[in-house]
Amino acid sequence: MSDARYPVLQMPSAHEVKTRIEAAIPGAQAEVDTADEVHFSALVRAGAFEGLSRVQQHRLVYDVFEGELGGAIHALALKTEVS
Amino acid sequence: MSDNEIRTAIAEAISDNDVILFMKGSPASPACGFSARTVAMLEALETPFAAVDVLPDPRIRQELSALSKWPTIPQLFHKGELIGGCDIITEMYESGELATTLGVDAPDDAPADAPAGGELQPQSAPMGIENRLA
Repeated sequence: MSDARYPVLQMPSAHEVKTRIEAAIPGAQAEVDTADEVHFSALVRAGAFEGLSRVQQHRLVYDVFEGELGGAIHALALKTEVS
Repeated sequence: MSDNEIRTAIAEAISDNDVILFMKGSPASPACGFSARTVAMLEALETPFAAVDVLPDPRIRQELSALSKWPTIPQLFHKGELIGGCDIITEMYESGELATTLGVDAPDDAPADAPAGGELQPQSAPMGIENRLA
């Protein structure tokens, strides 16, 4: 049981990062790796990327973790592809 | 300098310089591996670029990200448009697209894989944004 007076900082798992990307971007498939649970690398394929620049594609993924990049997620190395 | 003035100075720097990199540290002494790698790629292409260190004042990064809608550093702009951060620049360097986009001919001795970048240096002394934008 966690003690409410001492909240534990939740570290996202690679699986959680993958699930959140796939839930937020329709039709997305993500492969996520992490060695230390703070630095993540992700390959995201999505039909929603069609017609978007790389910058716009990456923004869609960054938006999923707004406010967490630089915090619980130190770094997210990203590669995007149109599926 | 107010937040608004910082944002205006950043916007002017982006429009005044064809190629401008916002980074941690300076090209000669980068303070982050991603910034170091991005500098190394631009140098491998022998393309001139302006550089702004975001570290001296946290508001530089804050205002830049608000302007560019991009959360991370480095950020490379070409002719007023954000081309990307380290991941995108690496992908574009290795495909040859970076040279094409920047309108430069890659030198014959430019490595095919993105260069790793030099050793990281301790953070340089604080410096006003005005000086970096000159």
